[in-house]
Amino acid sequence: MVDVPLGPAGLVPPAEVEDVELYHPHSWVTKYVFSQDAKVIAIQYSATALAVGLIALVLSWLMRLQLGFPGVFSFIDANAYYQFITMHGMMMVVYVLTALFLGGFGNYLIPLMVGARDMVFPYANMLSFWLYLLAVLVLVASFFAPGGPTGAGWTLYPPQAITSGTPGGQDWGIILMLVSLMIFIIGFTMGGLNYVVTVLQGRARGMTLMRMPLTVWGIFTASVMALLAFPALFVGAVMMLFDRVLGTSFFMPAMVEMGQQTDRNGGSPLLFQHLFWFFGHPEVYIVALPAFGIVSDLISTHARRNVFGYRMMVWAILAIGGLSFIVWAHHMYVSGMNPYFGFFFATTTLIIAVPTAIKVYNWVLTLWRGDIHLTVPMLFALAFIVTFLNGGLTGLFLGNVVVDVPLSDTMFVVAHFHMVMGVAPILVIFGAIYHWYPKVTGRMLNDTLGKLHFWVTFLGAYAIFFPMHYLGLIGMPRRYHDVADFAFIPASAHTLNAFITVVALIVGAVQLVFLFNLIWSLRHGREAGGNPWRATTLEWQTPTTPPPHGNWGNETPVVYRWAYDYSVPGAKEDFLPQNHPPIAPATAGAAP
Amino acid sequence: MAIVLALVLVAVGSVLFHLVSPWWWTPIASNWGYIDDTLIVTFWITGAVFVAVVLFMAYCVFRFRHKPGQRAHYEPENKRLEWWLTVVTGVGVAAMLAPGLVVWNQFVTVPEDATDVEIVGQQWQWSYRLPGPDGRLGKSDTRNITPENPLGLSKDDPNAQDDVVIEGAELRLPLGKPVKALLRSIDVLHDFYVPEFRAKMDLVPGQISYFWLTPTRTGTFEVLCAELCGVGHPQMRGTVVVETEVAYQNWLKEQSQRTFARLNAPEK
Repeated sequence: MVDVPLGPAGLVPPAEVEDVELYHPHSWVTKYVFSQDAKVIAIQYSATALAVGLIALVLSWLMRLQLGFPGVFSFIDANAYYQFITMHGMMMVVYVLTALFLGGFGNYLIPLMVGARDMVFPYANMLSFWLYLLAVLVLVASFFAPGGPTGAGWTLYPPQAITSGTPGGQDWGIILMLVSLMIFIIGFTMGGLNYVVTVLQGRARGMTLMRMPLTVWGIFTASVMALLAFPALFVGAVMMLFDRVLGTSFFMPAMVEMGQQTDRNGGSPLLFQHLFWFFGHPEVYIVALPAFGIVSDLISTHARRNVFGYRMMVWAILAIGGLSFIVWAHHMYVSGMNPYFGFFFATTTLIIAVPTAIKVYNWVLTLWRGDIHLTVPMLFALAFIVTFLNGGLTGLFLGNVVVDVPLSDTMFVVAHFHMVMGVAPILVIFGAIYHWYPKVTGRMLNDTLGKLHFWVTFLGAYAIFFPMHYLGLIGMPRRYHDVADFAFIPASAHTLNAFITVVALIVGAVQLVFLFNLIWSLRHGREAGGNPWRATTLEWQTPTTPPPHGNWGNETPVVYRWAYDYSVPGAKEDFLPQNHPPIAPATAGAAP
Repeated sequence: MAIVLALVLVAVGSVLFHLVSPWWWTPIASNWGYIDDTLIVTFWITGAVFVAVVLFMAYCVFRFRHKPGQRAHYEPENKRLEWWLTVVTGVGVAAMLAPGLVVWNQFVTVPEDATDVEIVGQQWQWSYRLPGPDGRLGKSDTRNITPENPLGLSKDDPNAQDDVVIEGAELRLPLGKPVKALLRSIDVLHDFYVPEFRAKMDLVPGQISYFWLTPTRTGTFEVLCAELCGVGHPQMRGTVVVETEVAYQNWLKEQSQRTFARLNAPEK
């Protein structure tokens, strides 16, 4: 019946590349601060991204307070509100999710999971983090700059982004935002090249591409995509910076500003939107693909069952990655671009639903006939499937050009993208942190606190974003500081807004429980041992936990099998690690 | 086990919410009922998939949760099942895409007999221009804009002379007549959005975008801006009145003092 994973289990080619000598840190500073160890860099990336996430969380509280109880909090005026939504959006998409998945999980897991000692370019890897930190500092500095941060919306659409009617448009806000993005992209490129080359060149003996865990496939594909997509944003940022600082007109047509003629001429606002979404849509999958990969491994490990349809899963990741580059203008159906584009982009967008659906089916079919342990990571994985499915399905509304027309720019869009690329990937991040924390620290996170965190987060997030779709269906516009006094919006919709705000405050507050758990368990968590989840992948087979610099001691591992040998018939344990040598064919679960 | 209950609750609760919650779209006032129909089809298909998958998950967790001595089934692939699911998904997607594209074709194909109406956005108000008796809108250019000529019409274009300029007042449309809205902005992006019309489109400085509709119901409707246009975005509101042909023609006659030529006549 099956030929893939079992067939070549014993075949391991001889090493083509000698084991290389690592850079050895000489002082505390080079070991823990300016570190070239991917694992330390991963923790630096993750801690910084979580800190930015906390700022973004507070911003979301502030904007929800305004929407739920308009006028009650006088310090949230229109200017402040637009600054909050802009910074919340950009921080979450780029500085939290991208940085955490690729810089955090990518750095920690790629070398360990492919059996490498470190990333292939450790020095560039170190620079990547420090540039990221600099980008964060520049971004946060805009809160303290004259005029405050930019309030142009996270999409930064010109001409509005650099004109005087927008907070930060004629002050420092937009400049700092653009500069910060440029620094981030330079830093990411250094990291991204590392992730890609390490996967291609740094794998242990026997680790063929089709034996790699899906986590690595997801992060690898996302990194390739990011290397191709971020330059479009970089170019857009440079041109807009020129428009703002030097008075060029890349994106600025002949226009009036506050009743006065300007000397702008000949630029195209739509050009920016194309550049932005050429980056922006792949960006959705840059966040989603690592989440897809990680959640596959969480489900497989905690259901003690091989990932169902591994090869299909790999091809689906690659298909989604490829297709995501030809769907960008589905964000622009009502942008005023040539409407005939709608036919093409609606078709490509709905085609991408097919490989995405296959992934969902295969996750669920991995549960089918499994041995499901309802651990905290498993709970988060299940919640991910629900929220991702929900958000993916509403994507079929917005991707289908004509259905998008009434819903575009309403709260339906806000609900959709939060469900699909906010809540769902964040649930995976939580699940992944509960899953890998024992490897990083040697201790387990507290289970009771973890379950409290899970239940409030999952049910709360669903209660926030599911009803929000219906506000959009009414026609409630997004990016409104105040939706009072519309005859077509019933009073009950305002009550719903207040309800959503209250739930958002609670869900936000429970993240403090998670933060406390992270810190408390460092010292007081239960000792984990090397492989608490009895998982197959290589990072759980390190000689010591937490793994030291160089990961593997004297010998790098040799890989004999795929990453999903769970509950193999005939094997004594219900898992066979990837570096477990072949067992005698008579007893191993050999193909019939 | 709580998670099984939670999954069932999410699936069933979402459907109940959809059916009993008071929040639904505004009564339609244009010919774009097709859009609503496509939306309904999409709701049914996606809703069925959502409920089926989540309930199946709940069943799996219930049936295959860990018990001592239990061992998972080892089955890396099942090509038949995978292809079967792929094909079914493809059919479902096509069932939503096909009507969507048919309706989109209508959306982008403006009827021959549609009347032009220009909608001009600026921070933060709506202005309108009607073609006047000649039925043609004159040329315009942002560079022509002055306090006396707020929409930047071309003084040399004879077609512009009888154009009716409506600044800071309501737009009126005749019932049952197709209208082609030509959209123009003189500063930043805006978006002309009337929830009851369903149609909307961005106004982009430096170019003219369009959409069309036929009003199907008389009444007064709110216009809002749906594309972030700066700090005054929520205040950028207006009114559109749909009225019978007779009432519309009477109103149009009253507007004759608002023609571009008159507005620009030298002061005496």
